[in-house]
Amino acid sequence: MDAALWAIGRGTGVVGLVALTLAVLLGIVTRSGRPLPGLPRFAITLVHRNLSLVACVFVLIHVVALFFDSFAQLTLLDFVVPFFGSFLPFWQGLGTVAVDLLIAVTVTALLRNRLGLRAFRLVHWLTYALWPIALAHAIGNGTDGTSPWFLWLAGISTLAVVAALSWRVSARFVEFRSVRTGETS
Amino acid sequence: MAARRFESTGSTGTLLHIDWTRCDGRGLCTELLGDQLDRDEWGYPLARVDSGSLEARDRSNVPIPADQQDAAADAVALCPVQALRLVPRP
Amino acid sequence: MTVRDALPPAHGAPGPSAAPTPAPLAGGVVPPATTARLFLAADPTFAAHRAVYGPMPGIEHPNALVDEVRLSGLDGRGGAGFSVWRKLAAVLASTARTNTAHNNSGGMRTKRPIVVGNGSEGEPLSRKDETLMRRAPHLVIDGLLACAAVVGATEATLYVSTEGANAMRTALAERADGARIAVVVAPDGFVTGEATAVANALEHGVSVPRDHVVHLSESGVRGRPTLVQNVETLAQLALIARFGAAWFRSIGTEDEPGTRVVTVSGAVDAPQVIEVAGGTPVQTIIAACMNAADGADPADKADPADDADAAAGALSSVRAVLIGGYHGGWVPSGDLAVPLSRAALEPYGAHPGAGVLFVLGTGGCGLETSANIAAYLAGQSARQCGVCVNGLPAMADVLSRLAARHRDARLPAEIVRLAELVTGRGSCSHPDGTARFVLSSLTAFQTDVRAHLEGRCEVYG
Repeated sequence: MDAALWAIGRGTGVVGLVALTLAVLLGIVTRSGRPLPGLPRFAITLVHRNLSLVACVFVLIHVVALFFDSFAQLTLLDFVVPFFGSFLPFWQGLGTVAVDLLIAVTVTALLRNRLGLRAFRLVHWLTYALWPIALAHAIGNGTDGTSPWFLWLAGISTLAVVAALSWRVSARFVEFRSVRTGETS
Repeated sequence: MAARRFESTGSTGTLLHIDWTRCDGRGLCTELLGDQLDRDEWGYPLARVDSGSLEARDRSNVPIPADQQDAAADAVALCPVQALRLVPRP
Repeated sequence: MTVRDALPPAHGAPGPSAAPTPAPLAGGVVPPATTARLFLAADPTFAAHRAVYGPMPGIEHPNALVDEVRLSGLDGRGGAGFSVWRKLAAVLASTARTNTAHNNSGGMRTKRPIVVGNGSEGEPLSRKDETLMRRAPHLVIDGLLACAAVVGATEATLYVSTEGANAMRTALAERADGARIAVVVAPDGFVTGEATAVANALEHGVSVPRDHVVHLSESGVRGRPTLVQNVETLAQLALIARFGAAWFRSIGTEDEPGTRVVTVSGAVDAPQVIEVAGGTPVQTIIAACMNAADGADPADKADPADDADAAAGALSSVRAVLIGGYHGGWVPSGDLAVPLSRAALEPYGAHPGAGVLFVLGTGGCGLETSANIAAYLAGQSARQCGVCVNGLPAMADVLSRLAARHRDARLPAEIVRLAELVTGRGSCSHPDGTARFVLSSLTAFQTDVRAHLEGRCEVYG
């Protein structure tokens, strides 16, 4: 039983990270206001949202599976309060931080149309902290964290996100230059 | 297509209100409501209105035919800057 | 282009009709019989005001005053020209509606309406609101308090320019009921006086127009029914409350009853703020501001034919008149017999609006002047709406190329295209008004447009 839980925990963790990476990349594309070949703007927004929710589901399974795993010795406290774990407390704590951030980002995204744009946007920016923390957790805590195939995966993911980020901050990022600067109420 | 044209001239339905102080011309609504919205040279939604004097055109409140209500609701929900809402037609 | 310091005192000007001699009211007050209605007080004090106009009658039946305003035909004097009684009735109705709804839903606090006197006068060519507040502040206060009484507001606000604020504060301090009026200073800027910008300023302290799906009369400042009236409108209303609708209509025309305060500037000998009868021919107003008309006080002339002769001489130096301000339209010199009325000015894209008449002399190029104004208007965007932010500078730019005599035959069509593109696509009427003005410059100076496309200018050669 423990072996199964452990395998589920490992597998969902890796898949969750991959889904999260793709969600981040599509989130950046969404912000650019540009379509992708074969994928119109509204579809990018929908795929971004759905991939994010898929990542959440995998992270949830990951966390629950490892909670019932006797070796990890997780307590309920470890779900929300970081750095109190018994095994690799720092790296596991990063996972807890990532989960907290994921909860905040997901809840505010789902309530976006009620919260207002400013609150949504501020919290959504936390994704840029969430993603590297989750990656660091995977490398430092994961059973496969330092195995070559995972390091390759992590390397490629990092390259993709860094490339997308440098595009994000470049001058030609948005489809149309946005020059509205008026104070709004 | 003929049925759609017929319905779009009816008086039922709602108006899609564009809050220009929020709109950044991100273009999702113009994809979802291609029959109602064009896109101008700066990316902003441009109501397709083919009649009426220039002064009479209210291009901030776009009539949405009954068969496009769902698409309009999607546009409202998906607008990245919350610049859209549906209001009842007066 | 501004005339701020050159304004002589305001006075009444000729009108096409003279009122019958009115009977004195209680207290020996005689209703004003000529076009000089708003500026009769010898000085801005409360005593002088009371001496000329008498006390303000109490508002016992709000609907009776709304009815009187309806019969008077008074329209708003801030620029949009919206019917005053309709606004009053709309605020009354929506206040009644909200309060009924609130009482039915468990007796929440009732939503009292907000009443605002707007003297922000963002139009750079207009001085009439400032002049009115300096010369007749108590008429404005009377009108504002009457509006508050009609809609059931306990307090009111004056949203005015810096100059107006000083005059109004002095006047408010003179009277006991002045304590119920707060004065808020409006920042400079073309769009800061737009009604939703006024509501925004009072609610958030930011004087930019805001998005709206219902009228302010339904939901304005903090969601309360909000009445915003120009200060001249309020002063006119104060006179209607005293002397009645029939008296108001005894001057002016059927369509443009009463008097109107206009600001004449530009290529005239005497730029001034002047009270004229509704429907007065534009040339009569311009002639009254020329030295040629000095010999006799224009108010003494009874025969309109004399007026026309004098006007023809005085107007030889006029190329065109911009009517209605920067959101108005040009009327070329050949058409200046046109009366100052909404219907007559419509073909020119002009409207009486806030009563701005800017005279372009024969030495000035209309397209160059228009291009400068268009550039100014583009710069006055509140920068909230993308179409305005992008479209107005683009339109101004093409017009300036036309003014600079670029030989590109596509320029006029491009201006028309941009004007149509921006119209109706902003949260306020700034893009619409700017487009209307730019289009009017193409029409009024159409022969010069052709000359410019050939590299010439009718004025500069």
